[in-house]
Amino acid sequence: MGLLQRNYFELLGLPTQFEVDLALLDQHYRQLQSEVHPDRFVTASANDRMQSMQVATQANEAYQTLKNSTARARYLLQLQDIETLEESNTAMPAEFLMLQMEWREAIDDASSAKDITALDTLLAEIKRMAKSLTQELSVQFSDNAYERASESVRKLSFIDKISADIHRAIEQLEN
Amino acid sequence: MAYSDKVLDHYENPRNVGTLDKNDPHVGTGMVGAPACGDVMKLQIKVNDSGIIEDAKFKTYGCGSAIASSSLVTEWLKGKTLDQAAEIKNSAIAEELALPPVKIHCSVLAEDAIKAAVADLKSKQPA
Repeated sequence: MGLLQRNYFELLGLPTQFEVDLALLDQHYRQLQSEVHPDRFVTASANDRMQSMQVATQANEAYQTLKNSTARARYLLQLQDIETLEESNTAMPAEFLMLQMEWREAIDDASSAKDITALDTLLAEIKRMAKSLTQELSVQFSDNAYERASESVRKLSFIDKISADIHRAIEQLEN
Repeated sequence: MAYSDKVLDHYENPRNVGTLDKNDPHVGTGMVGAPACGDVMKLQIKVNDSGIIEDAKFKTYGCGSAIASSSLVTEWLKGKTLDQAAEIKNSAIAEELALPPVKIHCSVLAEDAIKAAVADLKSKQPA
């Protein structure tokens, strides 16, 4: 099997599963990048040179995907032919959406009050939720509960977005 | 991104922002969210005894197009029956607001919110 036919986990020498040893991921990624580094292919055939470049590009995509737990879960679901439908599935549990709204209001309130501490507190709360969702994902994958895993990815997508927005709000207040 | 005049108008002067009592048997609440952009929309409708929507309120966190889409539909909903409300299509919202292709999902969110509010109301009413 050629390197380019492998999935991202196989490409980076890791088991195809949600749990990833991040230190090992780093190590295998650096190793693969050095193996396909352009310097090594200066005298190689045009074909080998091109292939090494493709592998280097794919290794980079694989690394970016696998090191982020939301992206990793989304990718694992894709391998099962399940799309997470983050663009089109708008039905989320009502209590989760209520929480999103409360958080959005809290960001607005804290921003107008220039209250960085409140934003930091909110960010910590959101990080705790992200952590518990990631733990749920791990259980869902070991149970092959892909529909529920798909919903967890959609929830994490909200969380990633709101975290980025809070970071931006904090930066604006600090400047 | 340049917003159309209609989007700007609804964004700057949103109609019918607010909340209705979700425990009122005449009120239906629809909450939807778009994971890709983090937008959250709450749409509420209130029907009178003849089954006509007499009030609609919304609360939306999101981009200008999402706010404009929900503001617009609250205007459209008033005076309609539940069945007429459920027929509102996202394409009509997108056309009215001249939404660019990347913002079509905002109109989908509004359509889904209407459907969710209608379903909630129907579930409250005796069959």
